[in-house]
Amino acid sequence: MTEIIKRKKALSVSPLKASQTIGAALAFLGFRRAIPMLHGSQGCTAFGKVFFVRHFREPIPLQTTAMDQITTVMGSEDSVVEGLKTISEKNKPSLLGVPTTGLSETQGSDVNMAVKDFRRKYPQFDAIPVVAVSTPDYSGCLETGFAKAVDEIIKTLVPKANDAGTQPGRRKRQVNVLVGSFLTPGDLEELKEMIEAFGLRPVLVPDLSDSLDGHLGEQDFSPLTIGGTDVSELLALGDAVATLVVGASMQKAADSLKALTGVPDYRFDHLMGLDAVDGLIDTLHRISGEPVPAKLERQRAQLQDAMLDCHFMLGMSRIAIAADPDLLIGFSQMLAGVGAETVAAVSPIGTSTLQLVETEAVKVGDLEDLEMLARDNRAEVLIANSHGVESAARLGIPLLRAGFPQYDLVGGYQKVWIGYRGTRQVLFDLANIMLSLEKGEIHAYRSIYAQKTDDSEILFNESGATTSARGMQH
Amino acid sequence: MKQKDIAALLDEPACSHNKKSKAGCAKPKPGATAGGCAFDGAQIALLPIADVAHIVHGSIACAGSSWDNRGTRSSGPRLFRIGMTTDLTEQDVIMGRGEKRLFHSIKQAVENYQPAAVFVYNTCVPVLIGDDIEAVCKAAEERWGTRVVPVDAAGFYGTKNLGNRIAGEAMVKYVCGTREPDPLPPAATETGFKIHDVTLVGEYNIAGELWHVLPLLDELGLRVLCTLSGDARYREVQTMHRSEVNMMVCSKAMINVARKLQESFGTPWFEGSFYGVRDVSQALRDFARLIDDADLTERTEILIAREEARIDELLEPWREQLRGKRVLLYTGGVKSWSVIAALQDLGMEVVATGTRKSTEEDKARIRELMGQDAVMLEEGNPRALIDLVRDKNVDVLIAGGRNMYTALKARIPFLDINQEREFGYAGYEGMVELARQLVLTIDSPVWPSVRKPAPWQRPAGESASEASV
Repeated sequence: MTEIIKRKKALSVSPLKASQTIGAALAFLGFRRAIPMLHGSQGCTAFGKVFFVRHFREPIPLQTTAMDQITTVMGSEDSVVEGLKTISEKNKPSLLGVPTTGLSETQGSDVNMAVKDFRRKYPQFDAIPVVAVSTPDYSGCLETGFAKAVDEIIKTLVPKANDAGTQPGRRKRQVNVLVGSFLTPGDLEELKEMIEAFGLRPVLVPDLSDSLDGHLGEQDFSPLTIGGTDVSELLALGDAVATLVVGASMQKAADSLKALTGVPDYRFDHLMGLDAVDGLIDTLHRISGEPVPAKLERQRAQLQDAMLDCHFMLGMSRIAIAADPDLLIGFSQMLAGVGAETVAAVSPIGTSTLQLVETEAVKVGDLEDLEMLARDNRAEVLIANSHGVESAARLGIPLLRAGFPQYDLVGGYQKVWIGYRGTRQVLFDLANIMLSLEKGEIHAYRSIYAQKTDDSEILFNESGATTSARGMQH
Repeated sequence: MKQKDIAALLDEPACSHNKKSKAGCAKPKPGATAGGCAFDGAQIALLPIADVAHIVHGSIACAGSSWDNRGTRSSGPRLFRIGMTTDLTEQDVIMGRGEKRLFHSIKQAVENYQPAAVFVYNTCVPVLIGDDIEAVCKAAEERWGTRVVPVDAAGFYGTKNLGNRIAGEAMVKYVCGTREPDPLPPAATETGFKIHDVTLVGEYNIAGELWHVLPLLDELGLRVLCTLSGDARYREVQTMHRSEVNMMVCSKAMINVARKLQESFGTPWFEGSFYGVRDVSQALRDFARLIDDADLTERTEILIAREEARIDELLEPWREQLRGKRVLLYTGGVKSWSVIAALQDLGMEVVATGTRKSTEEDKARIRELMGQDAVMLEEGNPRALIDLVRDKNVDVLIAGGRNMYTALKARIPFLDINQEREFGYAGYEGMVELARQLVLTIDSPVWPSVRKPAPWQRPAGESASEASV
């Protein structure tokens, strides 16, 4: 059983956590012609915007209720109403999200009442769906904010089967897919492709692979998202033959969807590693009644071969991971499948799902905790977001970037970690990192009697111990 | 090289089984031969000499697909990692320009890389067109002022084993005895005991494993004048003749070197291995026995006792995981028996061993270790290997890298033991690495993963569902 070690220290050093608020904003960004408006001060939005712009290298539509001293003291509901009106007038979005922030929550702002006010005052905008979600940054993290937003969107916009007359299975080829925040746009594309290979039509909720996949569109500027799940699809989720749920964090949203629509669902904690992907493919096989396409059979065999090739490098390798729970679970289980050990695991928040992490203990903490654990447990590779660079440098071990944010490399958002193909590439990448460590390397030794006249390449430090002169920053 | 010279090399009086056939160890069979040629053997034997420019005189196939392809390590110069070949062209062959090209190649190597010496490996094509590399080397040496050593080792002369001997022969003929050893460094006089000079013949420092052994020899006051050829320097090879004892590390591959040094300089030699606790200790004892210095013998026993106790403790956790595991060893030469002992030390059961490059004496040793009924694989085509693994319920196949992917495709745990490997297994320390690597592959979770059918291929009713309908 995985022990979960709670946060004890007062100061968070080199934080791992990204806020719940921007997690919710990210979920809204996965809908077409949508815009999230964070209910908080303008800084709440500005920081979030920079965070995503640097990660995705895309313009990010994000607005703010711009709470100031007066609204903060006197009540900020009017700001919400005004903000909603302004955006509705100017941009006519298909979806308006209102994630709350620590500021508005602490103030006690009733954002649901504000939305009702908006509806009453401006009936001309009734066609524009507005979803408010309570996501103070003093609890949760990016992953939970994302999940909460998806849950709220479902609860607000998906009609009850009885009311709308939807019927599970009416659309025999439609599969709803609830996806967690740990899947990159690249992952989502891969997932869609796997589903489509069975002749099924996936409806991703939300679909960042259609909005933030980094494609060059016709339009020169858009104040709204340029892709994503069409909000109208939400009305027909109840007709789907099945719902796939990817991410342990998405349980609540899945419960809501199932309660509303009655569509049977199939839940996966993640899709990394042979077993997890087998589970998905077998499910698709059964839902569709179609044989598993030869292409996927081939990819499976390729992954198995890669597992064999890579187990020499990855077996008994010691990995330190810092990530939101779903990604942490996925990585640790996938690594365990090839004999690698997760010797340091840090999650920004404590959740019950952390029990699923394949390791002895998960520390709830920050990158400083990760660094200390990695040092104590002699980790050989770090898996973390771009903030892990400094930790990795101090530890003298390479870093594999994963999670949010990845601001110091291009295309992190498009990396595929899931499926047979994605897993295979991750194994190759990790195995290559291991090879670059030259683990088996025996320190050069020069006999005290040697007749060699050349300088040894070895550096002798004061203790007489030998150290390698080789740098290894990835 | 003349036929009679080759025959002389194949006729090895130091081999105890050298009685009947003088045709050499194993004649290659067309259509059913694996393993390298004489050039391969010669190059592999000498390439680890780190400060030498190794020039392969021939067309591109010889050097092009073999340079920098060995796991040997140097503690200093990296010149040996730079591939050099005359890369003969069609014009060179037709017009007979090979010698000229070689002459200028030597100049280029000397001028650009300032090597301690140049070794020129002859290959099939220049031999066929009649290039006289010995003459070219001599001329080049006089002209450019750097030692140039010809190694006449065309592939068609014979097997890799012959190539090893050709290489050894070249060293004895051209290099040994051309310099006296350096005086002992001041550190050596402070130890309070007599320092003895030894050499290690056939030790290649694969993955740096020699460095697991050297500290022990240092501690005992055994100065390694030269290793032939792991982490060696040209100037060290020059002094080999002053060794008091030579250890033949890699079986009979360069037995001619040991024999010739004995004939010429009276140096006694013994055959040993640094694989496995028993063998390392035995090798240290053999040094002491042949040097016959009571003080050394005493210190050797103390060191052995200490190291064996230390390693025994380190190995204990691994032994628990390896005890009773069944191994199929498919390798050649010395490794066919030296590794058996190492595996037995770990509590493993060796069910069969390959003997493709092994000598009669190697085989005798195998019988000693595995009993008279030891299964020996003279010839191991992949099919036969896989079948044997299945029949004998083998847990791990230990073989050379070229068999690795055959094993993996058959979903058989595998350990690479040959020269391309990344890990050093020699010395007491190396045993721990060997145990670790064995456990790593045998206990890897990938085996069940690659053996089980996909969920949709299992019989109905068996497939586990993740649905929560």
